[in-house]
Amino acid sequence: MDASSTVVPAAAGLDRSLVIRNLRKEYRAGQAVLKDVSLTVAGRGMTAIIGPSGTGKSTLIRCINRLVDPTAGEILFRGQDLARLNGRELRMARRRIGMVFQEYNLVERLSVIENVLSGRLGYVAVWRAWLRKFPARDVDRAFQLLDAAGLGEFATQRADQLSGGQRQRVGIARALMQEPDLVLADEPTSSLDPKTSVEIMELIASRAAEREIPVIVNIHNVELARRFADRIVGMSKGEIVFDGPPQALEDRHLMEIYGGEGWLE
Amino acid sequence: MSDTTLSSPPRRVAFPPNWPARIGFILLALYVVYAGSILDITWERFVAGFGHGARFISRMFPPNFAPDKLELLYSGMLESLQIAIIATVVGVLMSLPLGLAAARNLAPLPLAWASRALIALFRTFHPVIVAILFVKAVGFGALAGMLALIVASLGFLSKLVAEAVEEMSMKQVEAVRATGAPFLSLVIMGVMPQVMARFIGFSAYQLDSNLRNSALVGLVGGGGIGATLFTAFQRFDYDFVLTIVLAIIAVVMVGEIVSGWMRRLFQ
Repeated sequence: MDASSTVVPAAAGLDRSLVIRNLRKEYRAGQAVLKDVSLTVAGRGMTAIIGPSGTGKSTLIRCINRLVDPTAGEILFRGQDLARLNGRELRMARRRIGMVFQEYNLVERLSVIENVLSGRLGYVAVWRAWLRKFPARDVDRAFQLLDAAGLGEFATQRADQLSGGQRQRVGIARALMQEPDLVLADEPTSSLDPKTSVEIMELIASRAAEREIPVIVNIHNVELARRFADRIVGMSKGEIVFDGPPQALEDRHLMEIYGGEGWLE
Repeated sequence: MSDTTLSSPPRRVAFPPNWPARIGFILLALYVVYAGSILDITWERFVAGFGHGARFISRMFPPNFAPDKLELLYSGMLESLQIAIIATVVGVLMSLPLGLAAARNLAPLPLAWASRALIALFRTFHPVIVAILFVKAVGFGALAGMLALIVASLGFLSKLVAEAVEEMSMKQVEAVRATGAPFLSLVIMGVMPQVMARFIGFSAYQLDSNLRNSALVGLVGGGGIGATLFTAFQRFDYDFVLTIVLAIIAVVMVGEIVSGWMRRLFQ
């Protein structure tokens, strides 16, 4: 689709798998939100993490790109332990990981195209960001991504003028702009209506499949998880209690993940 | 005990008396009376003051528009404008980094506290007192006034920048951080867009305030129209004093209109 993958010359030979070993996070000492979670995610396909609110799904995903600092454990990605990185090395690692947020987290007062181009900030010099002199190749690609998301005509509008679904499309374009080797999505559809939710999941899944990059998505909606994910990980109270393909997820697993059973009727 | 509840239930008090507050107000009132008595504030002096004031005002009219006076007025006013504008621009440029360094959600805590201490120091003294210090340090003239107003602008603007940054949405910043942006790019694309409109509003207000204060710092030797005004007072040129006062009022009003217009433009 775009011939601009010069940053990663041999994308085919690249190992994009992620290995999490004994990941532990305590926001307050002694109260673990994540209890020694271990998880290996293959270098392609969508992995959905389901589970009740407050069970550590968000914390798990945020530990990967270090928006949250883990207390203990390893996160191995592209030959590095992300849990140990700091400063410049951490920034270099972050720019290879795109992230999509529940509330889109666009910079509201910037234009749509500026938000998309923000995905290049890890690559372009500070003065270019300041003067908005992004390389022409990046600008072209940003327009391509917006066109592909059906938002080409909104490029110069301010982000806060868009609807929720449109904002999330911009959020996805920003993540793809990074040319990521991994996409993290933290409840990307929880603030959207059912129809838009499906469209957004379709967009994430198809873009990731085209680029052969793995996606890890936190999601509340079990049906959406079943429909789009290749693998479902169920979490409860900071631990993984289910791990398997969507077909293997049965009601008894859901009862174990969410507790109770009345809601399943 | 049960008898009383049966016969007449005690009335419940909705507004219990606040004795500490009452005592505090009484003490304050007593102190004001005492302080007034030892400061020799008497009605006679007050009445006499009316007479002096009336004579003073009568000597102001008509305002003096002689060409040589207008020349003095023009050069003094021009210097004041220059002091105010340069002080605002320099203050604005320096307050951004200082304000960012003082924001506890961006800067490391020791740096934030050090910056806050510096800002507090800048804000401790009124611009006139700072101007007196600078007059002693660099001598009479516009430079002293300008430096005093830069300090005042820095104190005000940095504090407001720090507060605006602390109130911004961290979600937007987090998203930019997640792209691997270096810190300065994060500030440019994630922080500045959120605080810029307010910052321009503050800057416009500070320009307005510097225009007023540039007359004030002149009174203590900081140059500009204040120096002209002070000289006119010393020479009992009250008619020229009125001319100067009218000119200052005009400039301050124009400044207020311009700053209001700037604020609306960048809303």
